[in-house]
Amino acid sequence: MLRSEALEAMYPELTSCAVVSIMGATAAELSSLGHRPNFFYLQHAMGLASSMGLGIALSRPQEKVVVLDGDGSILMNLGSLTTLARYRPSNLVHVVFDNEVLLSVGRSFATATATGSNLAELAKAAGVPRAASVNTVEGCRQAFQEALAAEELTTLVVKVEPQGPANYLMDVHMLENRFEFQRYLARDRQGT
Amino acid sequence: MPVSETNSQIIYSALKESGVRLISVLPETWLVHMVTLAEEDTDVTLVRLAREEEGIGISAGAHLAGISSAMLMQNHGLLASLNGIVSLAQLYRIPLLMLISLRGGFGEEHPWQTEGGMVTEALLETLRVPFERLQAPEHVAPRVREAKTLANAAIRPVALLLCRELMWED
Repeated sequence: MLRSEALEAMYPELTSCAVVSIMGATAAELSSLGHRPNFFYLQHAMGLASSMGLGIALSRPQEKVVVLDGDGSILMNLGSLTTLARYRPSNLVHVVFDNEVLLSVGRSFATATATGSNLAELAKAAGVPRAASVNTVEGCRQAFQEALAAEELTTLVVKVEPQGPANYLMDVHMLENRFEFQRYLARDRQGT
Repeated sequence: MPVSETNSQIIYSALKESGVRLISVLPETWLVHMVTLAEEDTDVTLVRLAREEEGIGISAGAHLAGISSAMLMQNHGLLASLNGIVSLAQLYRIPLLMLISLRGGFGEEHPWQTEGGMVTEALLETLRVPFERLQAPEHVAPRVREAKTLANAAIRPVALLLCRELMWED
């Protein structure tokens, strides 16, 4: 499965969630499906997407929050799995695209998931109440819909091919994206 | 414990008064009373971290979601948070309030704290993070308020350094 196929399968549900995406290929592929004000692309600070998702989920319990993480990113902040599990916000779905490489550096360097580290098992062992791994588009679509309906913190590992778009440049500026996303999260309080 | 309960309460009250409703922390000796106050406070969401850099992400998320937050950490936690401060809080203009216990200054008797103490203020200057030292209890409330005002106006991280004179009762 390509990550872009998995994103396409999840996109209809993503349109009504607060989405925090990691940088690079994931951000570019998500925005190419159609940028929305509820999509935030964390273009740097590798590892902190899940922490940002936790901050949003705890602050806005009525909002469904989806983090689109990657194997390289979560491996930089594995402690975050234990913090997510400790506070286990029921409105957070933590998706991890696992392509087993650091794709964006020009040459594919295998990550530790290529040599046996299992992110779904790590999430379970950290105490995340729901954790699963999928490797087909249909499996991804179904597991993601179940995770959104479950009302329980879920880490969903999506095994994907190590392929991405030709470049990662996007036409939404980081700060434009940041303020737009903040306004989206404030929409109820502003009566809009 | 010679950590000042009175001054911990003064700092905690100043944070509450300034509107802080989410606190992320990695406990350390000087912060113990403040963590206890946050644990017992139903108005505040307390997030205990595995590593301080997570707190930068959590505060950024809380801010975008409309909740005012603060981070409590030791200066060595600041060292562990650097990329988050630069590549999230500064790059994305987050008004992050950091309260940092300044270990390793004059009077420090633990050898392992001393290197961090010597680089903390120079590091904040290099990062262009505005900071003030909190030494006297009567300065706490106005400086917390002023720190938040500047953070919100500049939309950038700011720091308050919790000094030995304030935190420790020899």
